[in-house]
Amino acid sequence: METLERIIAAHPVFAGLESYYTGLLVGCASNVRFAAGACIFKEGGEANVFYLLRVGKVALQVFAPQHKPIIVSTLGEGEILGWEWLLPPYQWKSHAYAAAETRAIALDGKCLRNKCEQNHDLGYELLKRFAPIVVQQLEATRYQLLDVYAVR
Amino acid sequence: MSAQPATDPMRPRAYIVRQVAKETPDTFTLKVEAEERGNDSSFQPGQFSMLWVFGVGELPISISSNPAHHHGLMYTVRSVGQATHALVSQAAGSTVGVRGPFGKGWPLEAARGRDIVVVAGGIGLAPLRPLIYQVLQNRRDYGRLVVLYGARSPRDLLYRKELAAWARGDETQVLITVDYGGLSWRGHVGVVTTLFKYARLQPRRSLAMVCGPEIMMRFVTRELETQGLARQDIYLSLERNMKCAVGFCGHCQYGPYFICKDGPVFRWDQIRPLLDKYEL
Amino acid sequence: MAQQTPRMLEAEQLGNLIAVLLQKGYEVIGPTLRDGAIVYRRIESAEELPAGWSDKQEPARYRLERREDHAVFGHAVAPESWKKYLHPAEVRLWSAERQAGGFCVLNNQPQPHKPYAFLGLRACDLAAIRVLDRVLTGNKYRDPIYAGVRDGVFMVAVQCTRAAATCFCASLGTGPQVQQGFDLALTELVGPGSHRFLVRAGSDRGAELLAGLQSAPATENDVQAAKVAVATAAAQQVRSVNTADIRDLLYANFDHPRWDNLAERCLACANCTMVCPTCFCTTVEDVTDVNGDHAQRWRRWDSCFTLSFSYIHGGSVRASGKARYRQWMTHKLASWIDQFGTSGCVGCGRCITWCPVGIDITEEVRAIRETASHGNS
Repeated sequence: METLERIIAAHPVFAGLESYYTGLLVGCASNVRFAAGACIFKEGGEANVFYLLRVGKVALQVFAPQHKPIIVSTLGEGEILGWEWLLPPYQWKSHAYAAAETRAIALDGKCLRNKCEQNHDLGYELLKRFAPIVVQQLEATRYQLLDVYAVR
Repeated sequence: MSAQPATDPMRPRAYIVRQVAKETPDTFTLKVEAEERGNDSSFQPGQFSMLWVFGVGELPISISSNPAHHHGLMYTVRSVGQATHALVSQAAGSTVGVRGPFGKGWPLEAARGRDIVVVAGGIGLAPLRPLIYQVLQNRRDYGRLVVLYGARSPRDLLYRKELAAWARGDETQVLITVDYGGLSWRGHVGVVTTLFKYARLQPRRSLAMVCGPEIMMRFVTRELETQGLARQDIYLSLERNMKCAVGFCGHCQYGPYFICKDGPVFRWDQIRPLLDKYEL
Repeated sequence: MAQQTPRMLEAEQLGNLIAVLLQKGYEVIGPTLRDGAIVYRRIESAEELPAGWSDKQEPARYRLERREDHAVFGHAVAPESWKKYLHPAEVRLWSAERQAGGFCVLNNQPQPHKPYAFLGLRACDLAAIRVLDRVLTGNKYRDPIYAGVRDGVFMVAVQCTRAAATCFCASLGTGPQVQQGFDLALTELVGPGSHRFLVRAGSDRGAELLAGLQSAPATENDVQAAKVAVATAAAQQVRSVNTADIRDLLYANFDHPRWDNLAERCLACANCTMVCPTCFCTTVEDVTDVNGDHAQRWRRWDSCFTLSFSYIHGGSVRASGKARYRQWMTHKLASWIDQFGTSGCVGCGRCITWCPVGIDITEEVRAIRETASHGNS
């Protein structure tokens, strides 16, 4: 069975991190499991955690008045769920629920934030790795906005 | 010195509509057969015909049938205007005019021995379907087949039964995503580029064939390059306004190319500088 | 065939030339006065030629002017080109009838027409016909309508002895000297009390026709006078296009600010494409009768300046006037080279004269060249 340390160190998003920092991450990590349909976080809630998805599928959902809830994205194995813990206002921007039975590694974002305040090098390393995740979502959302398959 | 009527590319030949099958709320697949026996219905995957409805008008439509079947042709048509509406409203037994096939199709020769990555958006899957049939029916001539398909929503997915059947094939991976998922959709949600992370690709061995809205093809080709495919291993199918389909009317010009005869399939390195030009 | 030595015709023989052509069954098309312009229409005698008339052409301006002599070819290009006969503005491609369960495309051949004899082709006109030959018959598909008319045309070319202010064929190498592609070529020499034509035959049938006319051998002086007259026309040209690397220049300057400047002036009226002798774009129109039992497909001239030209579901690809002007000019001077091996422009200057706001293609090229970006865009 792989240890948390091995999994985190091997994950592409943490590639190149000094082992001291990896150790810090491991210290904030734990295994979690969500049953299919379970709510993982709610839009507007405090974002103090992020997840390394190991098995399963997570759907990000947005609720708007007079609309049925819309799934804006699905994430799967190997992906990172949650970047809102790192940037103010530290609030979830959408709902997330397990679309299938999901197992993940949860990392304590609040604890990591405090460590980043104390150690700016760590802060920069994490920001460098999470910014692309935010950018990817931005780009994907833009393309979704274009509604390329719609009839004009 | 006038052309023989039978081979005059501007004259439509009569084809009988055998079936009009509904694929999605606005998209239908027509199955037609030549009225005159012996009229050749052979074509290359990626080619298109000009379909004519008596008294209404004529349109370029990609051929989406099995190239191994020589007795009929299939066209998947989205009803967006007067002429397409007339096409999809044809009753079985009625007649439509067919000119063609026209254009350069998918590069079957270059694809031999390579892995094939098919990336389709919306109705872009229609001109790729003949290619997929070609690969599946000549399995030993090609490597792995990966099909990435994105549509607007679950009810806009084309050829669902066939997609499921293809997925069960040897060395074949089929991944589907929608832009807007409903609560009952258990699959992926997101633009088609989000499927790449699940695709088992061997970039250096792969040839990619892409078809869909132009914006989609722009971001897909960028992603394919990021995945490690070479520019000369990526092919796209483009479309423009067409009237004659034989390079005379000038409507389908795209930079120096006539989409009707230099395309509609183009190699990415050839047209890369053109795709970024707004209002070319 | 080797070019024969030139002969001299007295002006009166021009009438005989036309008569012989008519006798041989040609429909003679030549310059004639109509509605305040010199246009190319059917003529039946030399009297219909615009003797003593010339034209003053400038950007957005065309006026007839009286000459001091009686020259019949002392004018420049007409508001139209010979493509109106070779590549007609409206042609019925076929007709069809509804039948039980379907339709039948009728095997109707185009109406047989008398072959044309074009009298008064300028060097730029001949160059334009060569361009159209390449576009319409030089590819995988041959346009049977164009080929059907073109093959039988008897070409009587005329050397220009005077250039309009809008002419720039010299800079493109397409004129004013007529070099090839004609059956007969005339150089009009008018002097005090003398009005003659130096004639060269450029084909067997041209030589045959010439032999049937009363002519005298051309003297050294005559030949020299003809040379000088054509050289004068070349020297008179005030406009020019520098075609060095023009294809790469226009390809690389897709985003040049000059296009925005043009967009403010161009009305997208499509005049330039109508008068241009090489513009070939057409559209196809399907029409039915009221009962819906008979259908026809017509081919008509079209222009890339219209919004519908580039329309695909949802909108036009070239929605802005800027994009449409850029498309026309880039196609004419640059993409044409990639498509057909030559420039699409022959320097006739019609687009300059007939643009209602006087856009001058030679000036536009100069403006882009002067502030061009070099390298890939």
